[in-house]
Amino acid sequence: MAFTFAAFCYMLSLVLCAALIFFAIWHIIAFDELRTDFKSPIDQCNPLVLPEYSIHSLFCIMFLCAQEWLTLGLNVPLLFYHFWRYFRCPADSSELAYDPPAVMNADTLSYCQKEAWCKLAFYLLSFFYYLYW
Amino acid sequence: MAQPARPPTGYPSQNGAGQQPYSNGPVQNQLMHSSDGQGYSPSVPGLYSHQTPAKVPPHQTSGQYNYSGSQNVSQLNNYQGPGQTLNRPPVAPFSGSPVQQTGPVPQVLLPALQNSAAISSAGSFPPGASPPVLSNWQYSQTPVSQPVGSQTSHLAHVTGTGSAQPPSSLSGNTKPPGNYQYAASPGGPPLQNSYMKPGSAPPPVTQPLTPLHPPARPPLGPPPVGGPPLIRPSTLTAGPPNTQSLLNSAANREGDATSAASDGSVVQNSYDAIEGGGLMATPHPSPAPPNLKMNRSVGYSYPTLPPGYQNTSPPGAPGMQASALQYPDGSKHFHQPALGTNHLTASMGGLSLQQEGLRPVNLLQERNILPMTLLKAPVPNLHEDIQKLNCNPELFRCTLTNIPQTQALLNKAKLPLGLLLHPFKDLSQLPVVTSSTIVRCRSCRTYINPFVSFLDQRRWKCNLCYRVNDVPEEFMYNPVTRVYGEPHKRPEVQNATIEFMAPSEYMLRPPQPPVYLFVFDVSHNAIETGYLNTVCQTLLDNLDLLPGNTRTKIGFITFDSTIHFYSLQEGLSQPQMLIVSDIEDVFIPMPENLLVNLNENKELIQDLLRTLPQMFTKSLETQSALGPALQAAFKLMSPTGGRISVFQTQLPSVGMGALKSREEPNQRATAKDIHLTPSTDFYKKLALDCSGQQVAVDLFLLSGQYSDLASLGCISRYSAGSVYYYQSYHHKHNPVQVEKLQKELKRYLTRKIGFEAVMRIRCTKGLSIHTFHGNFFVRSTDLLSLPNVNPDAGYAVQMSVEESLTDMQVVSFQSALLYTSSKGERRIRVHTMCLPVVTTLSEVYLGADVQAITGLLANMAVDRSVSATLSDARDALVNAVIDSLSAYRSSVLSIQQPGLMAPFSLRLFPLYVLALLKQKAFQTGTNARLDERIFTMCQVKNQPLVYLMLMTHPSLYRVDNLTDEGALNINDRTIPQPPILQLSVEKLSRDGAYLMDAGSVMFLWIGKNCGQSFISQVLGVPNYGSIPQNMTHLPELETAESIRTIAFISWLREQRPFFPILYIIKDDSPLKSSFLQNMIEDRTESALSYYEFLLHIQQQVNK
Repeated sequence: MAFTFAAFCYMLSLVLCAALIFFAIWHIIAFDELRTDFKSPIDQCNPLVLPEYSIHSLFCIMFLCAQEWLTLGLNVPLLFYHFWRYFRCPADSSELAYDPPAVMNADTLSYCQKEAWCKLAFYLLSFFYYLYW
Repeated sequence: MAQPARPPTGYPSQNGAGQQPYSNGPVQNQLMHSSDGQGYSPSVPGLYSHQTPAKVPPHQTSGQYNYSGSQNVSQLNNYQGPGQTLNRPPVAPFSGSPVQQTGPVPQVLLPALQNSAAISSAGSFPPGASPPVLSNWQYSQTPVSQPVGSQTSHLAHVTGTGSAQPPSSLSGNTKPPGNYQYAASPGGPPLQNSYMKPGSAPPPVTQPLTPLHPPARPPLGPPPVGGPPLIRPSTLTAGPPNTQSLLNSAANREGDATSAASDGSVVQNSYDAIEGGGLMATPHPSPAPPNLKMNRSVGYSYPTLPPGYQNTSPPGAPGMQASALQYPDGSKHFHQPALGTNHLTASMGGLSLQQEGLRPVNLLQERNILPMTLLKAPVPNLHEDIQKLNCNPELFRCTLTNIPQTQALLNKAKLPLGLLLHPFKDLSQLPVVTSSTIVRCRSCRTYINPFVSFLDQRRWKCNLCYRVNDVPEEFMYNPVTRVYGEPHKRPEVQNATIEFMAPSEYMLRPPQPPVYLFVFDVSHNAIETGYLNTVCQTLLDNLDLLPGNTRTKIGFITFDSTIHFYSLQEGLSQPQMLIVSDIEDVFIPMPENLLVNLNENKELIQDLLRTLPQMFTKSLETQSALGPALQAAFKLMSPTGGRISVFQTQLPSVGMGALKSREEPNQRATAKDIHLTPSTDFYKKLALDCSGQQVAVDLFLLSGQYSDLASLGCISRYSAGSVYYYQSYHHKHNPVQVEKLQKELKRYLTRKIGFEAVMRIRCTKGLSIHTFHGNFFVRSTDLLSLPNVNPDAGYAVQMSVEESLTDMQVVSFQSALLYTSSKGERRIRVHTMCLPVVTTLSEVYLGADVQAITGLLANMAVDRSVSATLSDARDALVNAVIDSLSAYRSSVLSIQQPGLMAPFSLRLFPLYVLALLKQKAFQTGTNARLDERIFTMCQVKNQPLVYLMLMTHPSLYRVDNLTDEGALNINDRTIPQPPILQLSVEKLSRDGAYLMDAGSVMFLWIGKNCGQSFISQVLGVPNYGSIPQNMTHLPELETAESIRTIAFISWLREQRPFFPILYIIKDDSPLKSSFLQNMIEDRTESALSYYEFLLHIQQQVNK
């Protein structure tokens, strides 16, 4: 296949997807530490959320430009999920999804952990999808 | 050690409760005679003593124990502590009359222990009991009374020093009765006879105690206490008939006498005997069979044993202990024969309890379901030996006293599982241990507690993670008895509530000094309200009572649209004001002298407080820069940590954290769209920063208009502060609020405080913590960060069963609060509670604690209203009732009966939930202003259960016909005990006067045709028409009616640390609506009546 814009998109996505996988793993570790350790929730969790969301949005925009509908379709649900989480947060929160006082709630914590695992799975699958495309 | 010297000073400051005990002590004997006999006998250990006679001999020493708390020095003999030398002399007397004294003593101890168990369960800390005196050892029981002003906890050392004691001890011997009742014992022999007679009216002694911890009383009652003594028999209690008890007592006495005769042993030795008990090593409390038999023959006549015994026993201690309750010294559950007896009786009591508990109640048929007395916490169905060591339910309470074995069972029961804690409550006494090694489990770090098991002398098994740990060498030595090789007798293993002096491993930095910063709003609006006068005056009055030491620091900031700092540099003739007008980027104008040492600069500080109210009278500045002022305060405090008290009167309007009004008065009626969530994260983030620097922010909101407490409250919520709200505060127009502010501020300023605290809650493996409720920041799954901790804060914890608890008979919970006291000591307060595990649904229902369940549900409902909507929360509350009752109906009841069946333990559940629905936090309709609603929610989250329940479901008493029948006697005061009425207008009569006790307020409603005598003799006005509109005080008149009424009201007030204001209202008073709003069983415009509510539930349950 010729080196089209689409191909470029996939290559870039591949690299960025690796980053997202890293982020997801980082989140999993972070939540696990929270659960077991003394780490304070204040400095945990949040710094990587915004980058993750923006990278993923970047994918979607690229695939949109490249008119890769199938790939875009696969990513859209997650995109909407990210939007939903982003806008559901309190007014001017820069803290995004993980509110330090609330995150220690057992329900919230297990939800966050599950979310991180699901994302890891999703990113891994999409990594291989981009790789073998 | 003995605190004799202390009590007068420290205690007074305490809450009312604390004080009484001491006073009681001496009086008691007299009381006993005089009293009606209603006393709550449980507290009196002595009573039970007779039972044990058989076993007695070994224990003779009991007297020696000071545990019993008798402060009298005489008892101290054994303890070598500082007091020791002094005390020793007294010892001789003891030995001299060894026979008599010793004989009774041993028995006393045992009974005491038993009693103590009962008591402990009850949770009341008997006031009178002095802490165990371990002089040499650091283990000193300090009366930790929370006396606000003086930090009593610190007293321990002081008390420990024997200096004061010697005299006291002497006096104790000579005049036994005078000091303590227990103390009397030294005088023992002669006294005995006299006491014995009183025995017939046993209970009185306890009475004094009871008032303090009213809720607690009931639990005590049933088994141990003779039925008769209880003034207001709780529904559960079925006491043995007095006559029996008397007989028994007589029998016992004989036995005692013989035993006494046999015991010739020297007192000192006796210690060993007591503690050794023979079966040191046996880990489990196995009642000695022989004892059981003994008991049976005796019958359970505990109550009878009158004071006489106590007196006889020099130690008096035992009695003390019992009174002390929680700290039953000698009684190890492991051995002690006495236990057996207790167990027996307990189990008998338990049977009746169970039957009662299993009886389903048809709520639709039982009209008068409300007990006449305050409801007490249910007693866990544990072996008596364990139960007596259990934590006081006022401190630590579980919604289900029978823990379901699996999550599935819990889900089936549809009841929430959780804990309610009041960890820093003012206690009248608390054992304090100073020891270089604090014994903890090596894997889970649990503190050693009464519920661990000793495999042998050298090893103990953790009750939370089941790891086997070694007993450190130091722990082998028991400071109380000065005996080596009795680790299970150590105070740590004898007390479910204990405080450790923490060594340096428990400090991340040197303990901080107490630092107090006051931040005042001085905008035009604030000056208009005139609050500054009140606050500054109260502060001036209480400046010396602020908890602290020579390191105490204090500072002031005021703000309108700019921020004013006050330099209190030494040498200045008057305080110097520094104004920072750059509120976008706040800085601290000078590095020091803004926070100054209180003692060294007192005059300057007083000067400032006197001039402050006048300084801004001409201010026209209406803006309020609260956000920047808080930032400045935070910067000022962050190097040390401490407490910021913020007084705010309006919506912050400039700078960071400015807010906009969100209240729409017209839409109050719709439960939708009300703004319960913060509109900005600024305050939350600032609070988290504060929390990180060990700074807590307390918010006093005095505001006429909407001030968005939902946003402002975050500053306190996440920094472990507290919120006070005075609606429409005005110094002239609202004098009632002024008085309220004064009283609450006084309490606030003088109460005990703990700095840089953390609290960890551990539970047996298999259980896990789900959610915390309260004001704090959760740092880890089980760790709360509490920059400040105060004795008026309560916490709730939701739990879940993660792994099934098969093979476990019991589970334990332990809360450990590590804090820096205002004296700069690092301390750890540990509470441990032990509960049985059950496998069937009916047992789960049997053990349900309806008050705790209601409290936890209220907390959950607040969360729900914030995260979802108010109507969701209301539905969830109703569904909680429906689900649990229908689960009960379908799974437990074998026969389907018509009507609405509820387990006996949950008979009040629908009523309490209805009360919650009608409470300001959750009600619908236009009554509640938004700030008020949110404030009530804050209170739900932050108040201890007792006050939350009073606030939700107030107690109503008829007071125009008070009689002395069934009255309590405390310190020569007779306190009438009118029955609690249902909250329904139906119960009100126009010719009566009714007192409604709603925790933080009281209403005295005078009916239109109220008896002339009541109006003139209690209110001091000629007729109904001349009762003033804003009456908040009862005149102290010389009439019997007045004395009774005032005694009753002040007794109610003394039971709580704050000062409830009394409103006297007539038919046309504006406050009448607040009074009627609390009539929970009646229908209101927007809410169902109790009966309608029941019908609604029945409909849903039977679907």
